[in-house]
Amino acid sequence: MHIIDRRLNPGGKSLENRQRFLRRAKALVQGAVKKTSQDRGIKDVLEGGEVSIPLDGMDEPRFRREGGTRDMVLPGNKKFVEGDILPRSGDGSGRKSAPGQGDSEDAFRFVLSKEEFVNLFLDDLELPDLAKRKFAEAESHALQRAGYATSGSPANISISRTVTRALARRVALRRPRPQAIAELEARLEQESDEEKRAELLAELEALKAKAKRIPFIDPIDIRYRRFETVPKPVAQAVMFCLMDVSGSMSEHMKDLAKRFYMLLYVFLTRRYRHVEIVFIRHTDRAEEVDEQTFFYGPASGGTLVSSALQCMHDIVRSRFRPSDWNIYAAQASDGDNATSDSENVARLLTDNILPVSQFFAYLEVGESGTYSFEMPDSSLWSLYERLRAGGAPLSMRKVRDRSEIFPVFHDLFQRRGTTQERAAS
Amino acid sequence: MSELLFEGADWNFSTLQRIHDACETVAHRELGLDTYPNQIEVITAEQMLDAYSSVGMPLFYRHWSFGKHFAYHEASYRKGLMGLAYEIVINSSPCISYLMEENTATMQTLVVAHAAFGHNHFFKNNYLFKQWTDADGILDYLDFARGYVGQCEERYGRLAVEHTLDAAHALMSHGVDRYPGKKKLDFREEEKRAGKRRLYEEGTFNDLWRTVPTGPVKTSAVLNVERRRALLGLPQENLLYFLEKTAPRLAPWQRELLRIVRHIAQYFYPQGQTKVMNEGTATYVHYRIMNRLHQDGRLTDGNFLEFLQSHTNVVFQPEFDDPRFSGFNPYALGFAIMQDIERIVKDPTEEDREWFPDIAGTGDEMAVLRDVWANYRDESFITQFLSPNLIRQLRLFHLHDDPAERAGVLVDAIHDERGYRRIRRELSKQYDVGYIDPNIEVVDVDLAGDRRLMLRHTVVKGAQLAETDTKRVLQNLADLWSYDVSLVEVDAATDKVLKEYVLNPRIQPAAA
Repeated sequence: MHIIDRRLNPGGKSLENRQRFLRRAKALVQGAVKKTSQDRGIKDVLEGGEVSIPLDGMDEPRFRREGGTRDMVLPGNKKFVEGDILPRSGDGSGRKSAPGQGDSEDAFRFVLSKEEFVNLFLDDLELPDLAKRKFAEAESHALQRAGYATSGSPANISISRTVTRALARRVALRRPRPQAIAELEARLEQESDEEKRAELLAELEALKAKAKRIPFIDPIDIRYRRFETVPKPVAQAVMFCLMDVSGSMSEHMKDLAKRFYMLLYVFLTRRYRHVEIVFIRHTDRAEEVDEQTFFYGPASGGTLVSSALQCMHDIVRSRFRPSDWNIYAAQASDGDNATSDSENVARLLTDNILPVSQFFAYLEVGESGTYSFEMPDSSLWSLYERLRAGGAPLSMRKVRDRSEIFPVFHDLFQRRGTTQERAAS
Repeated sequence: MSELLFEGADWNFSTLQRIHDACETVAHRELGLDTYPNQIEVITAEQMLDAYSSVGMPLFYRHWSFGKHFAYHEASYRKGLMGLAYEIVINSSPCISYLMEENTATMQTLVVAHAAFGHNHFFKNNYLFKQWTDADGILDYLDFARGYVGQCEERYGRLAVEHTLDAAHALMSHGVDRYPGKKKLDFREEEKRAGKRRLYEEGTFNDLWRTVPTGPVKTSAVLNVERRRALLGLPQENLLYFLEKTAPRLAPWQRELLRIVRHIAQYFYPQGQTKVMNEGTATYVHYRIMNRLHQDGRLTDGNFLEFLQSHTNVVFQPEFDDPRFSGFNPYALGFAIMQDIERIVKDPTEEDREWFPDIAGTGDEMAVLRDVWANYRDESFITQFLSPNLIRQLRLFHLHDDPAERAGVLVDAIHDERGYRRIRRELSKQYDVGYIDPNIEVVDVDLAGDRRLMLRHTVVKGAQLAETDTKRVLQNLADLWSYDVSLVEVDAATDKVLKEYVLNPRIQPAAA
């Protein structure tokens, strides 16, 4: 008999099979991820976690029989006698057994790691590489230690490393220590017997010769510190979510906006170590609120877009110094604005907001059902269009349907100048 | 001899050794069991989950459905819906038993007695296992299968391999030979042969041959129908075997994959037919061993009570109106019948003498049981040994459910004089693979025409095939066959055609 302890064997033997299953169930899991992310807060999107996927979408078909006359033997007869007729409902025979077989279990929960979750979330969205590169430009570069090299500039000699190596070499090759030579010399001084003196002298000579052959520092000992330039992500970013919450904004429109903000958040967190979110909602007054209030709190009133912009400007001035923070803003609105406000909006944008922002997106949301191009230009849209024609770096799109969110996001984040590059190549 | 094996719940490897030796003494001397050498492996809960998902085998080829099972088991385990089995045991020589590290010393003793002696003896001696499985070669064969599938994935792409395996898995339950052929399966030999075959094919491959014009093809009129069917070995119920040998457009590696799936299906075939007996045997054996160890003073009363609690859970059979009821518990049924045999052999009543003249009162229950374990499977075991006494004790009754009957379900037999034989017959049918699996066979191939493969399902008691699943399986079959596939459902009694399916392969054969 053998007893073998397998506990120390590497676990996760099923990992590969699990990944195959994920690949196979990708569409289902993606659907589940999408659904889950709708019910979540913006920050929770990155948490990973459980998703439910229907088991029957992944079943393996077999030839199965069904119907026909059935005979069964059961235990625990209490009162039946031969010839009894039992009514069909609740005769205790229709229960399904083993879960995972047939249709007994219609969904099972699948735990995704954070990484898997985000990948599937983004995979669905196919975040364009172009956009990533654009944002890569916003990064600064830094030098990073990258081990040692045998060549380099004298300024980069690593003394400690060189000395360590030299010492190791001297020990390995048995270079006589200076003390040993000094000791021998001292004994030579005191020695009077000629024969012994000759012996000691020879020994001393040998030691000295050896010490000469094996230098204290050899060129092969020398090591230089090596540096590499690595892109260093800019440390922090702040994202402003500006939303018009006047009575005309429906739940559907807020959901569109939420999904857009979510994408922006995921996008920025992959880029920056630290991302702040500021939620600003406005009617004819603007206020900074938490996420819950932002998306679900009731509010009503007239519309003054400039109030939100003013609020953002104030917050930037008080809390986010443009030299330290990368500032992103996304504004969602149905486009209505008081005509008298236009001048204020234009002034705030061109003078205060756009100069400090990395990116300013305007998202005009509408009810689903009609096509974007059927939307008449709203007052805000026409205003922004005018500003853009005047050279202001604004990105603006119209969205009606949830499915449009990603293409629009993609569009907005396309790298500037791609088209010229293409034309040139 | 009466010193305790252990005290308390803790154990270490020398405890395991003592436990094993004590169990072995009882098993071999008192019960007269004959077992493969044992190998005991201690594993963690996660490794147990791993083992679950690859149908209990220590190594298996890679496939997404194992990942699915892992995810499923893991989710229900984490939620506490499911406890893990205390052990998994593999029909191989040496017989490998996995023990979980969380088990207490008492549980380890129970598991060693149950798996390392009960199951082990059954695997080694039951005629179905002897006939169909090769305990010495299975691990090597699985190793080969895993390697081969991996190689195919490298050469032909993961997706192509996956498609072939999916299709083969769908037909897995129709990939077994139900009747013993000329010779016993020898996995090691088989693996060597497969290797040689591949080497030969690779060595003699010459692309030039492909371009040599072939001679005039014999017209199909020459082959009359009977001869053709005989040549193809029709009718054939082993669908995987038929495809492997005759599907016209499969690549050699695809045939090899079909062969692997078929061999594995065949390896598990006896397990499906002997669930009640196998678990009953193991339960009976562990019950005897544990009682003996307790009587000899090698287990404390406390440990023995702990054992009794687990044992009672294992053999618990809820009644039909209990919310926990989900069919017969094979442990409970098998154990009950075997205990009943012991009673009949040792202390028979008049009724027993009348029903079981051969064994009643013979006195040596182990000789009778060893013979039963060696020579029966679930269906014949129940037909032979379910006694009136046990039918009364379990209060069994038989329901006949005819969908055409509006009034309801008929109670056809209960535990009385008139009912015993009918109940016994019906219960044994529930374990008869001939009844459980639909009877589907290849009946013909239209070689003269469009090479359509023709299958026939013989419908018993009006139970037709579930439509959606059937279409999907047939689609897989058509993809492997590369030409149309048809399936007719024919009523066994009246010969009337009830339904017909025709499916085209998704990948059309290239125009000749």
